[in-house]
Amino acid sequence: MVTTFANAATGLVSSGLDLELSFSQFLQGLGISPQVAHLLWLPLPMLLVLVAAVVGVLVTVWLERKISAAAQQRIGPEYAGALGVLQPMADGLKLLVKEDVIPVRADGLLFTLGPVLVLVPVILSWLIVPFGQNLLISNVGVGIFLWISLSSIQPIGLLMSGYASNNKYSLLGGLRAAAQSISYEIPLALAVLAVVMMSNSLSTVDIVDQQNGAGVLSWNVWRQPVGFLIFWICALAECERLPFDLPEAEEELVAGYQTEYAGMKFALFYLGSYINLVLSSLLVSVLYLGGWGFPIPVEWLVGWLGQSVDAPLVQVITGSVGIVMTVLKTYLLVFLAILLRWTTPRVRIDQLLDLGWKFLLPIALVNLLATAALKLVFPFAFGG
Amino acid sequence: MTIANSTELICFLILGAVVVLGSLGVVLLANIVYSAFLLGGVFMAVAGLYLLLNASFVAAAQVLVYVGAVNVLILFAIMLVNKREDLKPIEGLALRRLLSGGVCLGLLALLIRVALTTPWAVPGPAAIGVGATERIGEHLFTDYLLPFELASVLLLMAMIGAIVLARRDVLEADVGTGDAVNQVLVEKPQTPLLIDKSTS
Repeated sequence: MVTTFANAATGLVSSGLDLELSFSQFLQGLGISPQVAHLLWLPLPMLLVLVAAVVGVLVTVWLERKISAAAQQRIGPEYAGALGVLQPMADGLKLLVKEDVIPVRADGLLFTLGPVLVLVPVILSWLIVPFGQNLLISNVGVGIFLWISLSSIQPIGLLMSGYASNNKYSLLGGLRAAAQSISYEIPLALAVLAVVMMSNSLSTVDIVDQQNGAGVLSWNVWRQPVGFLIFWICALAECERLPFDLPEAEEELVAGYQTEYAGMKFALFYLGSYINLVLSSLLVSVLYLGGWGFPIPVEWLVGWLGQSVDAPLVQVITGSVGIVMTVLKTYLLVFLAILLRWTTPRVRIDQLLDLGWKFLLPIALVNLLATAALKLVFPFAFGG
Repeated sequence: MTIANSTELICFLILGAVVVLGSLGVVLLANIVYSAFLLGGVFMAVAGLYLLLNASFVAAAQVLVYVGAVNVLILFAIMLVNKREDLKPIEGLALRRLLSGGVCLGLLALLIRVALTTPWAVPGPAAIGVGATERIGEHLFTDYLLPFELASVLLLMAMIGAIVLARRDVLEADVGTGDAVNQVLVEKPQTPLLIDKSTS
């Protein structure tokens, strides 16, 4: 495994950023057939994304603890590693070795399957997140639509775990979670649809490419301010973050559908919700904040410095800048989400459903219609 | 046989087995909640079959509509009406089961016959792949416009019907005494009860 990663690294320097090609060429040089080389390549990006997702969660948990401490004038974790950076690892280890309790009257099979069904679609959705022109697992044609349809599987896992726990709080929490996620899926999809209409493609790579003509000025957030807000509110609701964390409202429902869970199964829920938060932030940055684009287009900078865009070194630098920009934008949004969590009160369930159905849905529809009209009137600015 | 071909065959066999066994489970299991969850599994496996046919848009739409909407609604209905009551035994249950089983077997025989006698074009037309999304959109807004619009009218009718069924008329006056009934929420954040008492 170590050698294959080293090969991928050398391939990076020699032939631009098509890692797969150089990897398979190297293996074919060793006398391995192209098909087997492809088969050997397949697990590598998946493993990389899994590691990236988990590391992203660890960083987010640490940020959450530190920022909440700052918001409440505490110090927060301090002893585990410098500034407490190892605290999330300690949390994770604790959950790993905890006893895994299945309540006697619970339905064991569904109880186990529930958290898995919550986590797997979220991780699968990382498939479509681009970190650069070629830096994504698969540039599937349906792109962002795949994410929307995958995130609609989650409510089933929540209902399953709520039902299988055989506990009234769990069942209510599961039903609430499913109701919330169904209600907010529709304005979310409509907001995405407006962006898709502007870029004429469902593919996330095309959506980012369309935003990077003139750097920061051509980002979608200026052309879709309403859509941006709708998407962000709905993403928070889908992640069950405050102010929309009703399914886990401690004062009313103990911990909602998670009440009966302990040990690794609880950790799956925990992991799922944080991966979902990072993923939503990534998608906001891809859809509205120019994805991997630098505020000033990298091509212009390279041109001013008198270099060629295709030079290997320039390619490596552009790729790294892209990854850094994506992660930077994402963590700015994560910071915003954490700040919102520790400073806003929770809405009531009827207010939540009112906001979703009576406010966001009509506004998202109007936004879609306005985008269509603007696209017809100003085709140069709205991707005609 | 190449690796890609054999992978495809294995995937098809697994998905086919999931669809067949899952649908049998949906029909035969006594616990209705299990049936509903299995139905979700069957829908997912069908989406997998679409993926094997290189129709990724249809697969994603299948997941979104059938798993994300239809199945979740079925589960909602089951869980909100989760009454544990013993239904009274139906007369002639065995005969009824036999008859419905017979009808289903007849339908199966008919479908198998159709599948065997139809002269399928082998290999079929090449898959469009990524371009399918645009092609489906074109068809929906040109030659299939009327069925598309009719479906939306049908959905609108279903929605209005659901609202009419679910709406509860609120009684303005108590039926027994004839007094006016306060239907507002008990909680009134603007006028806290405790402060009023302490000041007066």
